Amino acid sequence: MTETLLIEGLTRRFGGHAALDGLDLRVDAGEVFVLLGGSGSGKTTLLRCIGGFETPDAGRIALEGVDITALPPHKRAVNTMFQSYALFPHMSVAENVGFGLRHAGVGKAEAARRVAALLKLVRLEEFGARRPAQLSGGQKQRVALARALARRPSLLLLDEPFSALDRNLREDTRVEFLRIQRALCIASILVTHDQEEALAMADRIGVMQAGQLAQVGTPEDVYERPASRFVAEFMGMANFLPAVVRERGRGTTLLRLADGNLPVRSTCAATLGSQVTLALRPERLALGGAGENRLEGIVDGVSYRGATLDVFVRFGTTALVVRHPLGNGAGVPGAGAAVTVSFAADAAIVLPD
Amino acid sequence: MRRLIVTLPTSWMAVFLVLPLAIVLAVAFAEATASVPPFALGFNLGNFATLVADGFYLGTFARSFVVAGVSSALCLVIGYPMALAITRAPQAWRGAFLTLVILPFWTGFLLRLTAWIGLLREDGWINTVLGLFGLGPAEMMYTQGAMYVGIAYCYLPFMILPLYARLSARDVALEEAAADLGAGPWRVFWRITWPLSLPGVVAGSLLVFVPAMGEFVIPELLGGPAAETLGRVLWGEFFANRDWPMASALAVAMLLVLMLPVGIWQWKQGGER
Repeated sequence: MTETLLIEGLTRRFGGHAALDGLDLRVDAGEVFVLLGGSGSGKTTLLRCIGGFETPDAGRIALEGVDITALPPHKRAVNTMFQSYALFPHMSVAENVGFGLRHAGVGKAEAARRVAALLKLVRLEEFGARRPAQLSGGQKQRVALARALARRPSLLLLDEPFSALDRNLREDTRVEFLRIQRALCIASILVTHDQEEALAMADRIGVMQAGQLAQVGTPEDVYERPASRFVAEFMGMANFLPAVVRERGRGTTLLRLADGNLPVRSTCAATLGSQVTLALRPERLALGGAGENRLEGIVDGVSYRGATLDVFVRFGTTALVVRHPLGNGAGVPGAGAAVTVSFAADAAIVLPD
Repeated sequence: MRRLIVTLPTSWMAVFLVLPLAIVLAVAFAEATASVPPFALGFNLGNFATLVADGFYLGTFARSFVVAGVSSALCLVIGYPMALAITRAPQAWRGAFLTLVILPFWTGFLLRLTAWIGLLREDGWINTVLGLFGLGPAEMMYTQGAMYVGIAYCYLPFMILPLYARLSARDVALEEAAADLGAGPWRVFWRITWPLSLPGVVAGSLLVFVPAMGEFVIPELLGGPAAETLGRVLWGEFFANRDWPMASALAVAMLLVLMLPVGIWQWKQGGER
């Protein structure tokens, strides 16, 4: 695979605070790269630096091998789909979509043909003459996408593209976006704070933390094998237990939990004798069950979630959340009941401290 | 309490707007006489006939239109960049800049005009400085130029404030989106910033155009004898000729002419909503 975007040592400071702190990033041709991070993690600043709306204090941005760090936005072969869509209210849908073609040296007839094709692509053929104010949220979103695609950019930037949509609409829109993105094979960077969205959309995910990429990898990598507690928490892990590495075997590691002095078997590799954190996903824990690892505890309380029940199990001074599936006549333990929590060795994720 | 809130502005409008207008209208249809007061009420269309028939009055209207139009254009050309610059200034500075814009209002209007006379007159500041370089003296007082300087200076805030209100509410993301789509700074301005600011442009232009049309003091003090604007002719009819009906007819005609653009604008605004 060839790279579309290469960023080296990108730094952007606001006052004394570094929104981007020596960030490196590579985006390959045709891939959907999702930047995942909380507010203030620098993901929007990074997107604005790539689009040309922020000038980095240090570092280099190269698009298809050409340094674009110093270029103004209108000279970059990068197009952005803004979070607010930023549709021009005084122009029709067709004029919005065709706006970028006027300065791209595209003839009138050719521009009209391409606008029609783009409107067809986003299924808005009938809406060319309307004003943005006459469109629904989902339609506006599609116009914004068509407009960003019109100039056939080398790289498409999407800033929280689905956040303004209803939950139901969001699902369809994601699928629709991926259909179009795969058809055109345009490298895309998508910014979001929603881990579920990141997992569903990304070829690769970059988790941002304090102006740097905490981890870059496929959705499976980032979800199953988080590199740090920060990434693990961001990817929905809720249980963290301090432990010490006691033994290293082939494919398994034996830990001893600091609390309760219990042995735990994990498939993760770790340095012998080191202090680590054991991370456990609530849905990988079972009440009773036959996992390799078993912990005895007392139920503190339960929280009903519809299809599942969150059971809070206390043992020693720590507590675990177990996501217990409901239905099939599965019994529901009450508060104060003694239970066994079990989990497989490959559910026990070892994070360096 | 509620009745007071309704009654007070209503009676204010009745006493100070409707009543005087009614008097002016009545006098406009009156007959000029050599008495005190110098008119006899009646229904006489002669004054309006004279307005249309006498080239002097039509010429005055045309001249005032040009003066008001040029003044509005001047204020727009000077005020637009200023208003835009204020919206782009750091947040903390904007209040200070806006205060500077309206600061001249803290000094009396006539005082400021007198200051301009001090600058422009033959032995004034500007000519004194020019003299130091062996230039001049330039004849600036009592010219069209001096009048326009005065009008532009006095009415600039009326242009800047509505422009600023409109421009500061604009969505900067739209300009970024246009730049993102390949438009350079000029194109971004003419295709996004300017068209979206048009309501502010029209509001500011009307705020300058309407009072400039009837302006009396500035053309009288700074303008030459050629600057026979409506305001000056009105003054002349009323005080010099003591032809109150003619002056009233002029005032009524001016009001009608000025209501036209304002009416069209409001009707258009209503249609867009």
